[in-house]
Amino acid sequence: MKLTLKVWRQETKDAPGALQTYEVDDISPDYSFLEMLDMLNERLEEQGQRPVAFDHDCREGVCGACSMMVDGQAHGPQARTTTCQLHMREFTDGDTIVIEPWRATAFSIVQDLMVDRSAFDRIIQAGGFISVNTGSAPEANLMPIPKDVADDAFDAATCIGCGACVAQCPNGAAQLFTAAKIGHLSLLPQGQAERDTRAVSMVEQMESELFGSCSNFRECEAVCPKAISIDWIARMNRDYLRAKLKGVTRR
Amino acid sequence: MSSIVKKAIMAVSGFMLFGWIIGHMTGNLKVFQGAEKFNAYAEFLREMGAPLFPESGVLWLVRGTLTLALVLHVWSATSLTLINRRARDKDYETRKGVQLDYAARTMRWSGYLIAFYIVYHLMHLTWGNVHHNFVAGNPYANLVSGFQVVPIALVYIAANLLLGMHLYHGLWSMFQSLGLNHPSYNLWRRYFAVTFAVVVSLGFISVPVAVLTGLVS
Ligand code: FES
Repeated sequence: MKLTLKVWRQETKDAPGALQTYEVDDISPDYSFLEMLDMLNERLEEQGQRPVAFDHDCREGVCGACSMMVDGQAHGPQARTTTCQLHMREFTDGDTIVIEPWRATAFSIVQDLMVDRSAFDRIIQAGGFISVNTGSAPEANLMPIPKDVADDAFDAATCIGCGACVAQCPNGAAQLFTAAKIGHLSLLPQGQAERDTRAVSMVEQMESELFGSCSNFRECEAVCPKAISIDWIARMNRDYLRAKLKGVTRR
Repeated sequence: MSSIVKKAIMAVSGFMLFGWIIGHMTGNLKVFQGAEKFNAYAEFLREMGAPLFPESGVLWLVRGTLTLALVLHVWSATSLTLINRRARDKDYETRKGVQLDYAARTMRWSGYLIAFYIVYHLMHLTWGNVHHNFVAGNPYANLVSGFQVVPIALVYIAANLLLGMHLYHGLWSMFQSLGLNHPSYNLWRRYFAVTFAVVVSLGFISVPVAVLTGLVS
């Protein structure tokens, strides 16, 4: 396959950036999208040019590192798929592909396609946990949890924090991420004690990071590699509003 | 104030406006019962609540509440728009909507256009200052002569199509914003929004269409 790539190149956070065009041939349809970029980078290096910086780690769809907009869609055109799991057979010979970094005020560009997603870490730090004394793991069946509840909580917990929801949202909102992280704990008995403060703290941290608000566009759930539903956002709204009515303030 | 609270304010004020719109639309349909009934209905709106309340007292109470709801609705929309603008300092070179629907994407514009339309509509059929032949106290005559002007009837029709589109997204979105979701009724939220968007839109549009076709004259 032969492709034309238009890749966002930007030296540093505040440097001006631009799309640069590269012609890449000899691409096997069995390459993953990242392998295709690896090949581009090898060739760039051979020519003495700086390779394209992009985030990646597991390359098996579980870590959420491989952030990039492919043709205006987070993680590319395939549903429920991270960029590392996207394969070149999804494209046709001769295609032009535009590759851009996640764009949100809260995610600053480190270099090229690499963005700083530590805003997500701070949202988790604000309350995305349960406070328990450490020690040996408790007996798993001590606390009965109905199967469907456990399954629902697991659905939310599959969020890999990749940031595709923010990247795709026309408002640059982090509601799906935050809702999933609040939701999986608020469903389980272990999460009840801190349920109200958690919702308030995480939502308010999210907003202080300058993420946008939710207009119910549903773009986030469409690109979420784990297909997390916006039903979680409704649940977060309910938890937050109820906590506020009770007068709960952030941690 | 959190954007979630602002969205809740938007949902509640929107729902109040929606409730009133249903009443207004139902009242408008009285035009099909003829001049006498329609004018009597308009008169009733003024006398509603009397003698406990002074003449037009309840009417003004309703008007006041609606104005407040409208102000809150527009204020929350504007404030959220500003938050959203700030959240993306630089936009993409290419972007694709995946399941973004037209109504959702244009809420802001349908909203502001409807606000302009409301002002025009009040000046046209309530205060009469832009009506070419306004007769105080005879709403039926004003309505008929007003809609006999084709461009004006078309403006009303277009505005109510916009209103239908606005409701299509808003009536569904409202449940999400208030956290009202459950697998047992999630599907019904969509049916509810579609039904009322269509009913309201067609209900309002039927009046200028009836005048244009001579059904009401
Ligand atoms: S590299 Fe880990 S999910 Fe893609």
